[in-house]
Amino acid sequence: MVSSLRRAVAEGRDRLATPLSSPPAAARLTGSGLRRGYDRRRRYYLFVVPAMVAMVGVILFPWLFTLYMSVHDWRVGSERAFVGLENYINLARDKRFLSAIVRTFYYTVLAVGFPLVLGVMAAVLFHQEFRFRSFFRALFIMPMMATPVAIALVWSMMFHPQLGVLNYLLTQVGLPPSLWVYSPDTVLASLALVETWQWTPLVMLIVVGGLAALPTDPYESALIDGASWWQVLRDITLPLIMPFIMVAAVLRVIDALKSFDTIFAITQGGPGTASETINIYLYLQAFSFYRIGHASAVVVVFFGIIVITSLVMLYLRQKTLWA
Amino acid sequence: MGMTASAGLDDLVTPRSRFRRPLRRLALYASLTVLLMPALFVFLWMLNLSLKPDVENVAYPPVFIPRNPTLDQFREVFQSSPFGLYTRNSFVVATAATALSLLFGVPAGYGIAKTRASGLAMLVLISRMTPGLSYLIPWFMLFRFLGLNNTLWALIITHLVIGLPITIWVMMGFFESLHPELEEAALVDGATIWRSFTDIALPLARPGMVVAAILSFIFSWNNFIFAVVLAGRETRTLPVAVFNVLTFEQLAWGKLAAAALIVTLPVLLLTAFVQRQIITGMTAGGMKG
Repeated sequence: MVSSLRRAVAEGRDRLATPLSSPPAAARLTGSGLRRGYDRRRRYYLFVVPAMVAMVGVILFPWLFTLYMSVHDWRVGSERAFVGLENYINLARDKRFLSAIVRTFYYTVLAVGFPLVLGVMAAVLFHQEFRFRSFFRALFIMPMMATPVAIALVWSMMFHPQLGVLNYLLTQVGLPPSLWVYSPDTVLASLALVETWQWTPLVMLIVVGGLAALPTDPYESALIDGASWWQVLRDITLPLIMPFIMVAAVLRVIDALKSFDTIFAITQGGPGTASETINIYLYLQAFSFYRIGHASAVVVVFFGIIVITSLVMLYLRQKTLWA
Repeated sequence: MGMTASAGLDDLVTPRSRFRRPLRRLALYASLTVLLMPALFVFLWMLNLSLKPDVENVAYPPVFIPRNPTLDQFREVFQSSPFGLYTRNSFVVATAATALSLLFGVPAGYGIAKTRASGLAMLVLISRMTPGLSYLIPWFMLFRFLGLNNTLWALIITHLVIGLPITIWVMMGFFESLHPELEEAALVDGATIWRSFTDIALPLARPGMVVAAILSFIFSWNNFIFAVVLAGRETRTLPVAVFNVLTFEQLAWGKLAAAALIVTLPVLLLTAFVQRQIITGMTAGGMKG
């Protein structure tokens, strides 16, 4: 088999590349040594089998079943019939679904942009050394670990236009009160605020990792050349941590597109359909209206949107890596 | 941190040298305060609401320091619904799902590190990108068919989708970073690969397993979407129970805040104690995801 041959060749190459881990040279050079290595490698696949079975069961099976359902007219409690691409065609014509896509992207831009900017700033701060840094960092990452639904409900109480603490604080500093999640105009931005609160720490952690791994050479040259700190920040630090910022951005985009708990707990898509993102639309179609076939088509399109968006982001990341 | 750059070079990375020292301190702590205030305020407000009677909770202007502090809201939560049972459910589901994730995921991470098999890693990536809701329709049908709806087993199985990819991902990176000399030596001495795994690689990988276990427990504990669809009255987990407090009693703020605090507190305590592991895990997932 071609694939097994390729694997054996790759194995040989790995061994040559890592002389410390390879068996005695004599064994490596003979055909039987190569073969024995291949057999052993194949036995390592046994370690993967149980997880593979589990993953296929809980992830791949639902996927195949979803594809199957998406080409059927399938409602709970009635006959099912093969309808081909009809669900997809209906979806393309469904104004409610199309506006859900637009809303999802609007929400995503906000829920990625703000955490990125704030997260990078927080990273610069936490990269410095100061007393009790690890204690403050623990406090700072708490929003990320706290149960999203529970926190969302606390925010919904804070958002209350008449009795909520946020409007009280706004008026105390002389700002006009807002209707927050109670107005179609501000609901998506308010929800993005909750998400920003929650996920800025993740951006911070990833970018701090980037800052810690910075090479010293460019800074030495800059020191000699007498560059200002702003020049250093713009021309050295930012380009060097750009790959890390992009990783954080990709993760954020995936999570923001998928965002569910926060929106569902606070508005359930309201007021009206003003905060109905793709995920909320999907939930209603599947578990309120029980339009299983239709909802399955939504899943497929939704996943396509996420994959394409991530690929575009990864392509951009590639460009920042090699620029 | 700061290991790669000497003190003087660090000054250039960040605008340290441009400030006089005390001024710089001040700026640092000021920005730290601005950054931490929103993070802390939400938690403190949750605590505040849970410790006041509702008359004070819906008063305007808001009451910042409870006038009549009380634990009644917590009592109310446990009396009006079986919150003890829900806590137990959450704990059982998160623990079982974490244990199963380790059982399957640790050997898998080892296998991937040794073979560079990419199929499973690919599945992990796909699962990272798939919205949780997508799994629910097929599962819902399958569990109805199997008669597993309204059982904790249904939840434990579905929570594998959270724990297993995390565990595989963390362990894969961890085993790849281990030096293989010891295992190679054992193999040359005639040990089976299973023994070199259990006796050599596994003990070395304990820190990685701790990271994987903590993260999969927390994310399983926090999960709302699976249980809200699959759990029945008896099998509800805490996030669902909290959500139900809202839907039935719109303005019972104290009770809602108390319930929210009960769910969140274990995770926050855990975060405080194992910060290092959480950071390792989240950045490992971040780097590669």
